[in-house]
Amino acid sequence: MKQKVFSSLDAAVADIPDGARIMFGGFGGAGFPNNLIEALSRKGVKNITAISNNCGTREGELGIMFKNGQVRHVIASFPGPHANYFQQRFASKEVTCELVPQGILCERMRAAAAGLLGFYTSVGVGTEVADGKEERVIDGKRCILEKPIHADFALIKAQKADDLGNLTYRLAARNFNPIMAMAAKTTIVEVDEIVPLGTIDPENVITPAIFVHRIVQAKGVRFTG
Amino acid sequence: MGDKQRLTREQIAQRAAQELTDGACVNLGWGIPNLIADYVPKSVTVYFHSENGILGMGRRAKAGEEDYDLVDAMKVPVTLIPGASFFHQADAHLMTRGGHLDVAVLGGFQVSEKGDLANWKIPGAKGSGNIGGAMDIATGSKKIIVCMEHNTKDGGAKIVNKCSYPLTAIECVNTIVTDLAVIDVTKDGLMLREVAPGWTAEAVQGCTEAKLNVRAAQVAEMRL
Repeated sequence: MKQKVFSSLDAAVADIPDGARIMFGGFGGAGFPNNLIEALSRKGVKNITAISNNCGTREGELGIMFKNGQVRHVIASFPGPHANYFQQRFASKEVTCELVPQGILCERMRAAAAGLLGFYTSVGVGTEVADGKEERVIDGKRCILEKPIHADFALIKAQKADDLGNLTYRLAARNFNPIMAMAAKTTIVEVDEIVPLGTIDPENVITPAIFVHRIVQAKGVRFTG
Repeated sequence: MGDKQRLTREQIAQRAAQELTDGACVNLGWGIPNLIADYVPKSVTVYFHSENGILGMGRRAKAGEEDYDLVDAMKVPVTLIPGASFFHQADAHLMTRGGHLDVAVLGGFQVSEKGDLANWKIPGAKGSGNIGGAMDIATGSKKIIVCMEHNTKDGGAKIVNKCSYPLTAIECVNTIVTDLAVIDVTKDGLMLREVAPGWTAEAVQGCTEAKLNVRAAQVAEMRL
């Protein structure tokens, strides 16, 4: 069995280079890989493209990455009114942003995961989201072409991993994490607990181990508000 | 606008709650729609959907029972009702886009006579703007109800011939519930179904840019 368990957060993110495209899980304060984000921040990686539903909550979640000026481009659905460091960098044009409807953000990542080269959707038709995109009519419905979103790395949070990387999540902390796990070339997960192989009932696995490349146990850090 | 009373935000929510039927799967947006859950009659069970992967949300968590892994789309800790389920965000929006939700109730800045909705960005506002799940939800749900004040704070029309604000989705709104009226969007234009207590169709039309059609000789009054 390939050794996937890393002994430290810093070791788990050590090879992430400047300019990497990175997905970050989490929604509404739940399911954020806050410890991995802190490790990435410590490493000082620069010019990253961050793919995430939002852009942090003040210092919390991705906020620290914007505070430190480590992000160059964002693909997000709801950067957020409390993402003050992002908004400052966006206003000063240090960070660019592609806004994507939330479900389309998910589906574009899932297309990347599934080896699909795009899909047509009615979401965004007639709005500024459609600018520059191919539009056509299918079965009488106007729709636009959306292309996959790929990433070099996904940083995600799960509740439990076994040594192989099968994952379970807790309540609504699941959110974007399983999709990003499937979409990125290298998925790094922080978990509350690593359990022995065979102790997660196969019926209960949410993310199969094939999508998980690195596992690190981390004491939960959570930002609220 | 005279001395006729407009409904409160809570009363708008109360009226909109009457549109929800037993067993319906429903998504509630930000603003007035978020107040609706408090007004669903006890005899009606509604399965509230949250875009972060919950179907079957119950009331908000009380002090001491908050679990921050169990939050709604506004980050508020919630509870579950029997029959609830979790799923990831892509499936949550498969439900919104794919026509699986019976009703979505959204806030609005403007609605056009064709049912175009603008509710995510104010023209000229600073910052990046935030779409979130609004476009997916507005595009796909079986029925879209918009709850909003009938007019802007300075008395301007929000039910308009053509939206001037950035659009969320085109031709998506089925029903508008405001502090003055209940209006249905139909192939024959906007139909004024009900007016707030004390209001007439003419008075509501006076607060509305788009033409309101009336089927009956007298428009019904809302019952709250």
